[in-house]
Amino acid sequence: MELNKEARTIELLKEKFEDQILLIESPYNFLTVTLKADKIIEVIQFIYSNSETQYQYLTTLCGIHYPDQNQIAVMYQLHNLPSNHRIRLKIFLPIENPTTPTLTTIFAAANWLERETYDFYGVIFSGHPNLKRILNVDDMLIFPMRKEFPLEDQRREDKNDALFGR
Amino acid sequence: MQDIKTIEPKIQQEERQYSYLNLGPTHPATHGIFQNVLKMDGEVIIDAVSTIGYIHRAFEKLAERRPFYQITPITDRMNYCSSPINNIGWHMTVEKLLGVEIPKRVQYLRVIIMELARITDHLVCNAVIGVDTGALTGFVYLFQQREHVYEIYEEICGARLTTNLGRIGGFERDFTPKAWARIDKFIKEFPPVLKEFEKLLVRNRIFMDRTIGVGGISADRALNYSFSGPNLRAAGVDYDVRAMNPYSSYEDFDFIVPVGTNGDTYDRFMVRQEEMWQSLSIIKQAITKLPEGPFHASVPDFYLPPKEEVYNNMESLIYHFKIVMGETDVPKGEVYHSVEGGNGELGFYLISDGGRTPFRLHLRRPCFIYYQAYPEMIKGSMLSDAILTMSSMNVIAGELDA
Repeated sequence: MELNKEARTIELLKEKFEDQILLIESPYNFLTVTLKADKIIEVIQFIYSNSETQYQYLTTLCGIHYPDQNQIAVMYQLHNLPSNHRIRLKIFLPIENPTTPTLTTIFAAANWLERETYDFYGVIFSGHPNLKRILNVDDMLIFPMRKEFPLEDQRREDKNDALFGR
Repeated sequence: MQDIKTIEPKIQQEERQYSYLNLGPTHPATHGIFQNVLKMDGEVIIDAVSTIGYIHRAFEKLAERRPFYQITPITDRMNYCSSPINNIGWHMTVEKLLGVEIPKRVQYLRVIIMELARITDHLVCNAVIGVDTGALTGFVYLFQQREHVYEIYEEICGARLTTNLGRIGGFERDFTPKAWARIDKFIKEFPPVLKEFEKLLVRNRIFMDRTIGVGGISADRALNYSFSGPNLRAAGVDYDVRAMNPYSSYEDFDFIVPVGTNGDTYDRFMVRQEEMWQSLSIIKQAITKLPEGPFHASVPDFYLPPKEEVYNNMESLIYHFKIVMGETDVPKGEVYHSVEGGNGELGFYLISDGGRTPFRLHLRRPCFIYYQAYPEMIKGSMLSDAILTMSSMNVIAGELDA
């Protein structure tokens, strides 16, 4: 039953957004679909309102920085509560201009989650009603969760721990 | 009479004047550090703007530099009213990534601890709702019981508030007879106190007047705001991670998922109250069904070997050293695991690139997600109701700010 529902979701997505899908996988039994960035809101709107999928609960949303590819991923995790199915959608944005439309038009919960993603990764959610920093101080100049910012000041000399690689 | 008639039209002509009030950042009634700037018309709230982040400690960034076992103490400091749930949720995430099979006994012991933690979490919240309505007595009685639960934690892991309880794979030692005695004592002594607390508040006219219809939210809005936990259930949606995606053998136990109808403060109070009774019943079931067996799984890469072996056995010494220095690699993978925390769905989204630390750890903190509905919930209500709404939502600053 579970597989059927997931297979059906993939089928519907393929039917409607064939050209958008880059990769479908299922790590640890969690359906994960990687998409092109340009139509993400349409895809979410589709699986939100389609009577067969109905992913109407936004579990979470976050950014991931891949320094090697110079990309920032945005991960959306949706849940269909009545039939208990989850889906994870991922898009990849170039680090020079990480811009994607906001999800607040569908989910009110996306408001702060997107602000958090902006705060830590600098992803611009266009159309967001109040896109400003949320957990960090307002005058911070960097996006601290990006991998180029080490946790400790690398220039410190009093803590030279060459063996275990600080 | 004549006077009033002449004055009234004059007021209407004037532009309405609002006053602005800072509720917080350090206000005793907010039970934590967050600020709300309220736009007030007299005592009625017209609009509110929340500012959070006062105790942001960069947990997600910290986690990227720490070996897996050192992340457990970080999770303590999220919802510090029920830190064992956070600890065990994190252990289970790593176990899921490693693909470890956990012995039945460990799962049952974990259930006992998690339900004790849920009781303390709900107990603090409900006691504080009482305090904010002016009933300090119940608070004092319940906090004594919380102390007894903390004594149980103390016996199991040595700590009380920030517990760092258990290890990846199970527990560092089995429950001692003293711990069992304390648990037995608690499940005997707690029900009468809770009953008394209920008698004090549940049908109390003043309490009902203060809480019914206060800070309500509809099921639709609650779902749109991704509420979870007791706050969502109070609005009438029976989403409980324990029932929907059972972890740690929750499928073995009978329990009811209580739901409310109006999603107001009274419903949230009642849902938490009933959940405490259910938790007690789960603990009793777990104790009666408790199977024999080891108190930890076989994960030599993560589980410290016994000290006698470390001192006498080369292999164990190497493992001990590797574990303590955090030099154990994990498989590559992407895993999401969620548990029913005190406030709702507590999720860990972990990406591992095969190194000694997570590549990315995202914490789905239920507080952070549902607290954004707060301005909407208090619009049009009185200031004193806003305080009640906040305490009944159980907003924990540590979890909010990560």
